[in-house]
Amino acid sequence: MLQLLKHLRHYKKESILGPLFKLLEALLELLVPLVVAAIIDKGIGNADKGYTVKMCLLLAGLGLVGLVSSVTAQYFAAKAAVGFGEKVRHLLFAHMQELSYSEIDTIGTSTLITRMTSDMNQVQGSVNMSLRLLLRSPFVVFGAMVMAFTVDAQAALTFVVTIPLLSLVVFGIMLVCIPLYKRVQDKLDGVLCSVRENLTGVRVIRAFRKENEEIRRFQRRNEELTAAQEFVGKISALMNPVTYVIINAAVIALVYVGALRVEQGVLTQGAVVALYNYMSQILVELVKLANLIIGLTKSVACGNRIQAVLDIPSSMVFPEAAAAAVADKSHETVVEFRHASLRYAGAGGHALTDMNFAVRRGETVGIIGGTGAGKTSLVNLIPRFYDASEGEVLVDGVNVKDYDKAALRDKIGVVPQKAVLFKGTIRENLQWGRGDASDEEIQQALVTAQAAEFVADKEGGLDYEIAQGGKNLSGGQRQRLTIARALVRKPAILILDDSASALDFATDAALRKAIRNMPDSPTVFIVSQRAASLMYADKIVVLDDGNIVGMGRHDELLSDCKVYAEIYHSQFKQEDGKAGEQHA
Amino acid sequence: MRNSHQKNGQPATWQKVLHYIGAYKYLLALSILFAGLSVALTLYIPLLIGHAIDCILGPGQVDFAALSGIMVKIAVAAVITALLQWLMNTVNNKITFEVVRDIRDEAFQKIEILPLRYIDSHAYGEIVSRVISDADQFGDGLLMGFTQLFTGVVTILGTLIFMLSIHAGIAAVVVLMTPISLFVARFIATRTHAMFRLQSETRGEQTAFIDEMVNHQKVVQAFGHEDENLEAFDEINRRLSKYSLRATFFSSLTNPGTRFVNNMVYAAVALAGALAAIGGGIMPGILASFLSYVNQYTKPFNEISGVITELQNALACAERVFALIEEPPRSADAGLAELPESVSGAVSLENVAFSYVPDVSLIEGLCLEVQPGQRVAIVGPTGCGKTTLINLLMRFYDVNAGAIRVDGADIREVTRHSLRRSYGMVLQETWLKNGTIRDNIAMGKPDASEEEIVAAAKASHAHSFIKRLSDGYDTVIAEDGGSLSQGQKQLLCIARVMLCLPPMLILDEATSSIDTRTELKIQDAFAEMMKGRTSFIVAHRLSTIRDADVILVMKDGHIIEQGSHTQLLEKGGFYATLYNSQFSLS
Repeated sequence: MLQLLKHLRHYKKESILGPLFKLLEALLELLVPLVVAAIIDKGIGNADKGYTVKMCLLLAGLGLVGLVSSVTAQYFAAKAAVGFGEKVRHLLFAHMQELSYSEIDTIGTSTLITRMTSDMNQVQGSVNMSLRLLLRSPFVVFGAMVMAFTVDAQAALTFVVTIPLLSLVVFGIMLVCIPLYKRVQDKLDGVLCSVRENLTGVRVIRAFRKENEEIRRFQRRNEELTAAQEFVGKISALMNPVTYVIINAAVIALVYVGALRVEQGVLTQGAVVALYNYMSQILVELVKLANLIIGLTKSVACGNRIQAVLDIPSSMVFPEAAAAAVADKSHETVVEFRHASLRYAGAGGHALTDMNFAVRRGETVGIIGGTGAGKTSLVNLIPRFYDASEGEVLVDGVNVKDYDKAALRDKIGVVPQKAVLFKGTIRENLQWGRGDASDEEIQQALVTAQAAEFVADKEGGLDYEIAQGGKNLSGGQRQRLTIARALVRKPAILILDDSASALDFATDAALRKAIRNMPDSPTVFIVSQRAASLMYADKIVVLDDGNIVGMGRHDELLSDCKVYAEIYHSQFKQEDGKAGEQHA
Repeated sequence: MRNSHQKNGQPATWQKVLHYIGAYKYLLALSILFAGLSVALTLYIPLLIGHAIDCILGPGQVDFAALSGIMVKIAVAAVITALLQWLMNTVNNKITFEVVRDIRDEAFQKIEILPLRYIDSHAYGEIVSRVISDADQFGDGLLMGFTQLFTGVVTILGTLIFMLSIHAGIAAVVVLMTPISLFVARFIATRTHAMFRLQSETRGEQTAFIDEMVNHQKVVQAFGHEDENLEAFDEINRRLSKYSLRATFFSSLTNPGTRFVNNMVYAAVALAGALAAIGGGIMPGILASFLSYVNQYTKPFNEISGVITELQNALACAERVFALIEEPPRSADAGLAELPESVSGAVSLENVAFSYVPDVSLIEGLCLEVQPGQRVAIVGPTGCGKTTLINLLMRFYDVNAGAIRVDGADIREVTRHSLRRSYGMVLQETWLKNGTIRDNIAMGKPDASEEEIVAAAKASHAHSFIKRLSDGYDTVIAEDGGSLSQGQKQLLCIARVMLCLPPMLILDEATSSIDTRTELKIQDAFAEMMKGRTSFIVAHRLSTIRDADVILVMKDGHIIEQGSHTQLLEKGGFYATLYNSQFSLS
């Protein structure tokens, strides 16, 4: 939490001026009793109407100055708090983008969202309140104690006992509550997870008629949240009553000590009244402080959750652009795997074992294998989405770990398995590939990706607005747009990770042909389960359970590699043999 | 929509909030009772202390006997007050947390019966933000209202009685001037409401953006789009800051504003009182106690005005939650007949027309008769309406014209549950819930035995990879499948359907992410499963399509060809072209 607060330094002026103006207002408030005393003693005592009116105008003047300083304080506090919130949200979002695939796999989406929204709002609100009150309350409490000492040192010792006791109670309750509030926020994550799931999985849930069960599940989680909230509420609600009892005990002690001192003739009755008034002032401030502290406690729990995200280091470090290696573009092998293996964080076994092969410029490489064989894992090593646990991966003759992040990824166009598009126009989506791509270049990519026709049919063409997640497009349309997006960047290496699964045969075939005829002839990696999609590749890598079990051209593999032959025959049954032979 | 909101505005929202609080009226009465008692005691204690001080007149004039009696009273009163305060706070906590819980429950229940059209056309993050952040903010505001509003009002009433009993004339000055304070508070509150709403809306927009980008972080990184995203995020963030600053600052003006008015009241009372005292109307001591009561009296006004701004924010948030709750649900199922559990599986589509957008027609005049047990394959270029057909069969969307019948019953005249019970569905978009592998497979049949679950997993060839997971069938998978591969997720979705085996099946690209070798192995199980069951299969793989009884070739929302594999090939039409192109290069 303290680490978070250092971001307030960007609003140093506001963070200092806010509380200062608040103190000024408090000081003015402390003057009011003195003015009233003057009215009673001099104005009424001497029946001086002119003096009375003057003093009452002074009261009004104090009010006016109080208003001005208070408004100023509120403005600076709001500005600092809002600016602080903006800064931290920015950092949080930037940091989340830095996290590598491994971390994204383990953290989960729901909790990141609550931390950025609900937790952040809480912290921002508390910073605002703290800037206004946190300094003022201790100021008044200690001010009252100092004033008490000027009246009578012995009676003032009551204050010396009371104030630490009060601090103990306030901070004790705070310490107990912080972990409890964290639990509340964790429960809130669970509620959020339920809501999200029921939106993303709405079709499956309704198809399986799970609505009522999901409602019960939500109600259970919601109930747990409420129970956690009520529990911590009961404890934090102790703050006011306990401090109230302590203060009144202190008042009893004070009046008793005062009575003894008056009996001895050391103090006057008026002095006892004054001492009592200072104790009351402390009470009034403590009530405000207690409310603030309760909010603050919750915020500390929230702030720690935010800090926890900021503290997650990205397991992947990229060298600075200046220090990064410069690739040799003339290098004949574009991609080379040197005994590369991959084991995912927390996984039992290897996802890939001893990948060892090289790919020449302009080649088309097919990667085939069963479900979970490691096809996607293999291509994910090339743009360094994951780091090889052993061995190394080279692009243009340089280890991928020596590249600047942007320099490496700019070379590569990836079409992921899941066709993900974003809210925005078709043009904006395609410009993800390259920000400055012209409409002409985009059009070219669309033609190659077999998407030009349906895009032209859309209202507004490239300006057609895609809904979040591409919900207003069919699966095949989404897939073709994700292919076009990768092509727009004119990559040296194109990775198609099972990117044609939602396309019909005709479109798939036309797509393959268009890619082969692309002018810059990029090196292409095609991950597929369809032998037909990659039987024309220059090199086919056959994976089985994370191991390479065959590598070569279609006809070689057909005769030499049992796994490949099995895959092929499962797709081209005897009666289709004719179709297969036709073009083999 | 938006207009109607503004027209109804706050009073209407208040009414709805009160409706929810109404369920806790006894607790509410208790809270008010505790508030009244504790305030009465807090006002009584200073009076006791005053008496105590009266016992200390001077040296040798201290009445210790009376003093100790009073002190015992103070101690008892303080302890009782503390207890009452704690009880009041606990009751207030209970009311607000449970009201928020009730509202969330209701919002969630609404999500379960919202038309798919609504869910498909709204950003998930925005709906989530309503159920989570808005409900949270509403609760915070409500709690503050409860704890401070009651005690505030009771304190005002209590001190008013004390003041009136001391000097009615000066009390009148106070009473006449307080409306100014309320007026200032109200003036500011009405103006800040709009800003709180803007803040709330921008927050929703930001949540939606975060949701989208965090969810697809991998694509963002693959395209190195981090900087652009950060820019877009910052733009929303800056806008949020702007509205936030306005809302926070303007609302925080209420407090100084009313305090200023109160200070003026204080000065006026001091003047009136002092002049009266000079004229001999009242004693100076009485003026002093009067002034202290003025302070006690005006302080709650400050707090209440603070509460009012907090409630403004709460209300703006509540409005957004209520808007979701009041969204019209899909048509009700109540009173509709049940489709028998063992339908024969005759499906007919009669002149079906449908479109997602009113003026862009998609499906028109679609007719189809499916005999019980028939296997229907649907092929066609992407975007031809295959997935839409499934949306209609499952009644995720209602047809615009015509009718779909199952065993002769219009599906709009039977309950959705009984209709969907008859279908087993595997979609291309795999979706798994956060829970164990076992829970996910047993989704359609919660009472399934361990043997049945394992048998279904074996049939779908998911068993071997499940066994390799760290906790086997008890492995908890994260939201949306976590680190499972697409293919593995799809195998689980197939196992899910194999376990419950309903009379009709819908397979929308059910094996698109599964390798063909595994698919071949599942084939037998699939064939077994489809035996005697009406099946609708959307696929691009020939092996699945070829054996179908009827193949529907769809294009632009129409069925352009219909027949068996051999019939269609002989016909040499669109299907034949599609089929031959699978293996051709050109």
